[in-house]
Amino acid sequence: MTDDTLKARGLKDEILTVTDLKKHFVIGQKGTVNREPITVKAVDGVSFGVQAGETFGLVGESGSGKSTVAYITVGMYQPTSGTITFRDQDLSADSKGRSLALKKEIQIVFQDPGSSLNPRRSIKQILELPLRIHQPDKDCLHEVLRLLDLVDLPPEYLHKYPQSLSGGEKQIVAVARALATDPSLVILDEPTSALDVSVQGKVINLLIRLQREFNLTFMFITHDLSLMRNVASRVAIMYLGKICEVAEAAEFFQNPQHPYTQMLLSSIPVVSAEEEAAKPAKIIPTGEIPSPVNVPRGCSFHTRCPYVMDVCKQIDPVMVEVGSEHIARCHLFEQPEAVLNQVPEEESSPVPQSPQAIIPGN
Amino acid sequence: MSTPPLLDIKDLRVEFRVYGGVLKVLDGVNFFVNAGEKVGLVGETGCGKTTTMKAVLRILPMPPAYISGGEIFFKGQDILKMRNRDLGKVRGRGISMIFQDPTAALNPVFTIGQQLGAVVQHASPANNRLSKRQIREKAIIPLKEVSLADPERLLDSYPIQLSGGMRQRVCIGMALATDPELLIADEPGTSLDVTIQDQVLRLLHGLVEKKDTSVILITHTLGVVRETTDRVYVMYAGNMVEVAPTHKLFAEPLHPYTQGLMQAVPKLTGGGIAEGIPGRIPSYLDPPPGCRFNTRCPRVMDVCRHQKPPYFYLDEDHQVACFLYDQTLDQHKEETPSI
Repeated sequence: MTDDTLKARGLKDEILTVTDLKKHFVIGQKGTVNREPITVKAVDGVSFGVQAGETFGLVGESGSGKSTVAYITVGMYQPTSGTITFRDQDLSADSKGRSLALKKEIQIVFQDPGSSLNPRRSIKQILELPLRIHQPDKDCLHEVLRLLDLVDLPPEYLHKYPQSLSGGEKQIVAVARALATDPSLVILDEPTSALDVSVQGKVINLLIRLQREFNLTFMFITHDLSLMRNVASRVAIMYLGKICEVAEAAEFFQNPQHPYTQMLLSSIPVVSAEEEAAKPAKIIPTGEIPSPVNVPRGCSFHTRCPYVMDVCKQIDPVMVEVGSEHIARCHLFEQPEAVLNQVPEEESSPVPQSPQAIIPGN
Repeated sequence: MSTPPLLDIKDLRVEFRVYGGVLKVLDGVNFFVNAGEKVGLVGETGCGKTTTMKAVLRILPMPPAYISGGEIFFKGQDILKMRNRDLGKVRGRGISMIFQDPTAALNPVFTIGQQLGAVVQHASPANNRLSKRQIREKAIIPLKEVSLADPERLLDSYPIQLSGGMRQRVCIGMALATDPELLIADEPGTSLDVTIQDQVLRLLHGLVEKKDTSVILITHTLGVVRETTDRVYVMYAGNMVEVAPTHKLFAEPLHPYTQGLMQAVPKLTGGGIAEGIPGRIPSYLDPPPGCRFNTRCPRVMDVCRHQKPPYFYLDEDHQVACFLYDQTLDQHKEETPSI
């Protein structure tokens, strides 16, 4: 499946282009005579583009493949198929096959700073490492001090070790390390999930300030939709290795179209009545997230979808435009005739003309 | 109030005596739960929420923990003075607990049936030994209550064969299998995905309503508290800093810490994120004198650095431990400009 709609739009200054990206992991074999590999389709045909200077949000529950997309982008994995390009340079090689100049441009901040910072290295050593590799002729100490200043950490921190820092400070060091190579694209993989809400704001506001200052592009991965609302300019939602819906952030939260997006948004616990009013009509979530080893056939969401139709169990839907700059992958939005043509007559069920018609009232 | 509360913690002090010194973790905690009430307990990581509840069940590791003062009354009896045999009756039948991480709470080498069976046996009167068949019949009931599919097969499954959401349901079923009067739920949804968390909390809510169980819900997600509790305690560094009925607390948080927490929560309506609360929880080895929040408080006054604030009553049911609300100290407020 390709999302031609996204590509066809010809986004101005697209920095990262992902087309039909797939990553399948072989986790074992079944059968004794005819050995068949058991694969996990972690990412299964994902297409999107990230514009320079924006914050592209990627949301989804655990196992949806959002981190795998990030790891492929940064070069930790090689994709099984599909193309991924950064400013027209091919990214389908992993980090071993990438040039130093290319690696410098894409950096990542991981979820848990407790394990992404080496406990036996001082902050100075941690920040020096990328500098030594990428800018061997520069004055290291000067650069490290500049980095600390950038993220508002006092110079005394040079000789501290990660264990004497709080969680928020550790994550700030991880951000400084990512900026050491002067990248254009920074991948933030759940940068605040391990932090308390009281320190989350500091890290997020720092990231936003740095983005403005250095014109960074962010790929922001989180499962916290309330946070996403406040940071992203565009949001894509993933479920079992596929993207369900992509839209501008305001549109995504005010006018969600895909049933999964609606389910997720309506499940968020919120702290005020205004937010309650901003949520879509409650969809009570049912069922478990299926195992990525046995993805249901047809639309992978059909086992939990409140609007499931016969066609959903047979045919995987394709991306269709549901608004301006707004695409969703659901049979509800496909032309009824097109859907009916795809299924045998006796199996088809009446397809509602608009999704609103069947969404229960509040 | 004529009837005494179901659980009443009075001035509880817990220390951890470690190599580096004495960690004064709980610094005079007062807390009560009435019968049939759902109470929330919120605060940052490391503020003593779990320690308080573990003290209630007397499952704190002692040493290093040491209860240096206070009383915990459950139905009028002091848990801290109970003999082990009486304590066994309180645990399970009186109070049960659901832990944050269901994977760690279930024993990986026993089947669900064996673990539930032990609970069921414990719940039945002491002189009534159940046969294997009776245990199995009884063990299946809680699994059905938490709407797990195919409970027969589940009884013979090991925890590893279940998903995170299913494991937490098993834990809920197990905790409620003894029909406890009080259920302590320690972050029951935190390790789960949003949609699964919603399902689990909805299920828990339905079950406790049906059985009329009192609940203490420990969490650091304010949204969950707002949607599921009647009354909320806010905890900071071993002290209860504010307590109020849920709707009042969310409408008008009074303590600067509560206000900071509320502002720091990202809003679904957008509008950016507040900086949050500067600094971090103080070290328990050497907590600041006076109010323990004084190192991070944006409205700190002189008196906060010397004196521990008592509770000030704003309403009958809304108390806050902060000198800002002390009517006799009005002059302090004028002296210190808010930062």
